Formats: sequence, structure tokens, C-alpha cells
Amino acid sequence: MASAGSKTRTSPWQAWGISRSPWVYHLATGTCNNCDIELLDCLTPRYDLERFGIKLVGSPRHADVLMVTGMMNRKCLPRFIAVCRQVPKPYIIVALGACGANKGIFHDSYNTVGPVERVVREIMKEDTIVVNVPGCPPKPEAIILGVVKGLKLLQERRR
Amino acid sequence: MRYVLELVIYPGFIFATAVGLLTSWFERKVSALVQWRKGPPVLQPLYDLVKLAGKETLVSERANSAGFLLAPFLGFAGAIVASLILWNANLGRSFLGDSIVLLYLLVLPALAVILGGLASGNPIAILGATRELKLVLAYEVPLVLAVIVAILKADSLLLHRLGNTITIGSLSGVLAFFVALLAVQVKLGFAPFDIAEAETELIAGPYIEYSGPPLAVFKLTHAMLLFILPLFLVTLFLGGIDFRGLGWLWGILKYLGVVLAIVLIKNTNPRLRIDQAIRFFWRYGLGLALLALVLAIIGDQVGLRWL
Ligand code: SF4
Repeated sequence: MASAGSKTRTSPWQAWGISRSPWVYHLATGTCNNCDIELLDCLTPRYDLERFGIKLVGSPRHADVLMVTGMMNRKCLPRFIAVCRQVPKPYIIVALGACGANKGIFHDSYNTVGPVERVVREIMKEDTIVVNVPGCPPKPEAIILGVVKGLKLLQERRR
Repeated sequence: MRYVLELVIYPGFIFATAVGLLTSWFERKVSALVQWRKGPPVLQPLYDLVKLAGKETLVSERANSAGFLLAPFLGFAGAIVASLILWNANLGRSFLGDSIVLLYLLVLPALAVILGGLASGNPIAILGATRELKLVLAYEVPLVLAVIVAILKADSLLLHRLGNTITIGSLSGVLAFFVALLAVQVKLGFAPFDIAEAETELIAGPYIEYSGPPLAVFKLTHAMLLFILPLFLVTLFLGGIDFRGLGWLWGILKYLGVVLAIVLIKNTNPRLRIDQAIRFFWRYGLGLALLALVLAIIGDQVGLRWL
């Protein structure tokens, strides 16, 4: 595991490989379930993400993209951190929906510890790329765009 | 030196990998077309491998790290040698009893999956590994009986001679081919027999703890098996690949036909439970294979070639 605050280094060919076959692991941290359904819509024949090599995998150990939905409640926080530690580096996190990006309609809930990006930066103290995809829920096109932007960032950050 | 070259380049590692990855793409493309999608680009299996090679290798605390990391290579070695023997037999170079050696080598990948799953120390992986073990016990006997039918028909243990006999031209041959096709389906871990890695219940089964390069080796082994096993069926039952004249084109067609059959079975069947699969193989699989064997023996004794 990268130590706190260190810059994660990604060599060009690693970033290239990931951008060619990003495998997605889906993690729900207290959602209304709509974003999760929208993510599944991405995998239907209409959008056919396998064209870009995107595949939904069942184990975080196989993942390259951590797709996080929901407003991150207190119970989910330790689980989220545990899953992040299990994803082999390099990887990117995509925070899906208004909830993932800035707590959305749950913004004044007693139970939320805040948007995904804050958790990664302030609680986990890591510099993993986090892409926020707003929308309640975001359209499949927006989800695809989010993944693409994250992969671009990963390629730009190689040095 | 010649052997090393053969092992690494032509019929061995690189050749088998290339054909296997292409077949793997073919499988994914056909699945996509069946589901009315467009499917991945040709090089997608290669991209997956490159990507996996660049990822971090994680070994969980509870794993036996030596067994965990070495297991993928066991299956990989088995697959390389199997492809070497099979391709050489089709080229006409065969040694006594290579069909039996091949049967043993083809168990190695399954054994590697079982070992890796058990060594990873994850309860779900162990569940997957035991399922794989049960499946091996279920399909291996019918498969061997089916191979014996082919051997009886060809009257030889040499793979080369087996390859020159069109076993499927007889009634017992058809039955044996059917049983062997189903056994190959299990060996490849495709639906309806993807019980060991059942995505929806066991997540990824024995592979669940694997990440990065070891997972890439498993994927590579699977791609090579996708080349070896259909070729094995073609050699044993469909008369092999003949390299004289335009025979190789006909051979490739036969190979693609078998792959297509496997993929279509995969795409049109739901997953069985483990007990259903074992009952299926021990009751119907074994029954059909025994029937084929008896028919073949009778045909051999009485002199009826079509039996
Ligand atoms: S962003 Fe909207 S749709 Fe998505 S989980 Fe939150 S409330 Fe539901």
C-alpha cells in the first residue's frame, strides 16, 4: 500500500493497459438504489460497454475502476476503506451520482460522513484519482464519460 | 535446442497463446452477437493480459503464498505441453501412448485451479475449489470412456492415427463425441457447467483472491485451453487437421465449428447446481459413454463399421 500522502506512480504502459480494459467493481455505500440500476443500464446491449473492454467484475482484486454509489454512511465507511485497500494499484475511483459527489439529497443527514472524495483525501489520506459524476441518477452516457475522463487523468499523471 | 524452440515458439507457448487469444475473442464476439451487441475489438483479450500484467500482486494474509503464486504456473505448463503434443500429432509426429499423456496433461489446469483456490485461504475460493474437484470427478470417467471409443475405432493409441480416423462417422462415435463435448464444456468452465466460478453466487470462485500477473497467467491458461480442447475434439473425433493441399482450410472450419458449438451451448443454457451436474454426468454421461463403448466393441467384433 502506498504510504499516506505519497504520489502514486503509474508507468505509461500500465495506464495504457487500464484504459484499454477497465474492469469495474461496483460498491454501494448507502444509496437509494437508482444509481446502481443506472450503472446496470450501462451494461445492457444498448450501450454495450464490452466494446471498450469494460466489464463488471465481482471481486475488488480484479478491479481497475471502483464505482462508488451512495452518500457513504457511517456503517459503510470501514467497509469502503477495506475494499479500497484490496484493489490492486493503479486504479481510479468514480463517485457516482449527486450522493457520491456531494451527498446529494442526504446532505444534512446525521449518518453521512461525506462525499467520496473527502473520505479518500481526508480520512484515507490517499491521492487516488476520484472522478465525480453528478446527476440524480446520472445518465449512462455521463457514467461512460466519467470513466473516460478518469482514465485520461490516469494517463496524464504518469510522471 | 530444437525442443526449446518448439516449446516456446511454434507449436508451444507463443503459437498456442496467439491462437487461443484469437479464439477467446471469437468466443466473446459470438456471445455478443447472440445478445444483439457489437462485442469487443479483436485484440481485447490481449489488452486484458497486458493490463493484468501491470497491476499489483496482492497476497492475502491467510494465504499460503508459495502455493498461491505457483499454482497458476502448474496449469500453464500443462497447457503448453498439451498444445505441443496435440499440434505435433496433427503434423504427423506422434509417439506411443501420447493420447494417454494428453489426458493426464489436460487435468493439470483444473488441478491448478483447485490448488490455487485452496491455497488462497478465502472461504469462497475454497468452496469454488471443492466444486471444481467434484466436477473433475464427475466428468473425467465419461471423458476417458469416450476417448476409449475413439481409440477402439482407430485401433491405435497414437494420436496421429486417431487424427486420421473419422470416428464420428459411426453411431458410437456420435454418442462419444457428444459426451466429450459436454466434458470439454466443463473443462472450459462455461455455462451450464460454470459452477466453480459461478459469478452470481461465488463471485469468481477459486480466482477471487488473485490479482495482477497470477490472474493473467490463469487467463492465459484459459485462452490456451480454448485452443487445445476444441482441437482435441477435432483430432479425436472429426478426423484432425490435414496439412496436405487445402486440407488445413477444412481443418480450420472443423475447429471453428466445434468452438461455435461450445459457445452456443454456453449462451443458451442456465447454470446447473453442483448436485445436478454430478448426477447428469454420472447418470446420463456415463450411461451414454458406456453405451457408445459397448456399441463400438460389438461393431468391432461383428465387423459393422457404422456401429
Ligand atoms: S444520486 Fe440520486 S439516484 Fe443516485 S443514489 Fe443518490 S439519491 Fe439515489
